[in-house]
Amino acid sequence: MKVVIDAALCQGQGRCFSIAPRIFDFDDLGNGVVIGDGTLSAETLELARLAEANCPEHAIFIEESS
Amino acid sequence: MTDKPPVLDFATDWDHTDPEWVTDPYPIWEDLRQRCPVAHTDRYGGAWFPASHAGVSMVAKDTDTFTSRAVVMGNGRPTEEDLPAPIGLAPPITSDPPFHQIARKLILPAFAPRPINALEPQIRALCTQLLDDVVGEKIVNASQSYARLIPPAVIRQMLGFPEEDTEKFIEMVHVIVEAIDLPEEERIEQFVPVEEYFTRQIEEHQANPRDDLTTFLLNAEIGGEKLAVEHVFGTMVLILVAGIDTTWSAVGASLWHLAQHPDDLARLVNEPELMNVAIEEFLRFYAPVTMARLVKQDVEYLGCPMKEYDWILLGFPAANRDPVVFKDADKFIIDRAENRHVAFGLGIHRCIGSNLARLELRVALEEFIQRYPKFELANKDDVTWSQGQIRGPRNLPLRILA
Repeated sequence: MKVVIDAALCQGQGRCFSIAPRIFDFDDLGNGVVIGDGTLSAETLELARLAEANCPEHAIFIEESS
Repeated sequence: MTDKPPVLDFATDWDHTDPEWVTDPYPIWEDLRQRCPVAHTDRYGGAWFPASHAGVSMVAKDTDTFTSRAVVMGNGRPTEEDLPAPIGLAPPITSDPPFHQIARKLILPAFAPRPINALEPQIRALCTQLLDDVVGEKIVNASQSYARLIPPAVIRQMLGFPEEDTEKFIEMVHVIVEAIDLPEEERIEQFVPVEEYFTRQIEEHQANPRDDLTTFLLNAEIGGEKLAVEHVFGTMVLILVAGIDTTWSAVGASLWHLAQHPDDLARLVNEPELMNVAIEEFLRFYAPVTMARLVKQDVEYLGCPMKEYDWILLGFPAANRDPVVFKDADKFIIDRAENRHVAFGLGIHRCIGSNLARLELRVALEEFIQRYPKFELANKDDVTWSQGQIRGPRNLPLRILA
């Protein structure tokens, strides 16, 4: 599983990097960015789902890795 | 305040300055969601109010149909003369695409998490000082003596204005945001001292540049050119207005809640790690900020015949209580894990100061409950609420119990 942020939807609400700072960071404008390639372990998947459920802009997506 | 006829039906004649709405708007909004999800009024020259999350979200994201040229509802509408296009009165909040993005990108770095988080020690020192100032008092007006004084000191410092001007700041914000019932000419008249004050500060910074937001704006460039003076001025007004009443209200409303919910207060005192998630629930449940838009041209929207220059009031606080989106929407759940609230708005105008607001709210609450782990409302009837688009307690006497 992989987590991605749709940069076109992200408005820098700041929820993801507050909830899951191991998965998400922020750029110089304060928009959310995924750390590394976004691959999730069983442990981080739950946190990523929580961040997804808190994003007001619906900008976070969890995808099956191909 | 001018005398206005009382509201008989909020679905067809709403007024966000009506005493019932000011005191407790939540039952009104719940009623509207059930029977008339987009309310209308002829007041203010015609205005609409979507009470559902879906309606608020749709309007907030639709910058083709609605303009942000004016975001505070009043009796008048800004004329062409008031609007130095494409800048608008207070960029970027009053800007539309494509200029909006340019103006916003310019100041986003100053409000990004890294520079904002660096302010934590000074905000903490300020809160401690304010609590020291009322030490030993059995009744503390947590709105007037505490919440009210935190944001202006922070904003004043960010802009690099003199320390003794903090009180002056609060007055200026009041003029712009709360005095919406005044006739347009009077509002403009009241704005003159604000303009004079800012002009003086700009001149002073031009003569003595230093490391603050004012100097940053004066040095900033768009396409290789310095910002127009109206742009610098407008953004400074925005930072002042948007950064003070709002956070004051959020801190006040949170303390108002804790004063009446000893279980929640005890949990926050005993489980400090709960603070971040609690902050989001305070923001959802007591979201202080409502923004307005203007309809660009006659349009059928959300099933309503909207007219050019009609206001549309974006009730983010109402969206945050919509049971379609939030489980037990009308219950305050201090450890609510899933909380997609929209207290800071949605879409391209997301509150630029949200990182600062969260920091101030967290530090203000942490310091208050550390000093006073037990308190209650001194007298329910003494609590008063602000009127207008920013909602929070303006008088909040708390009895200190421990």
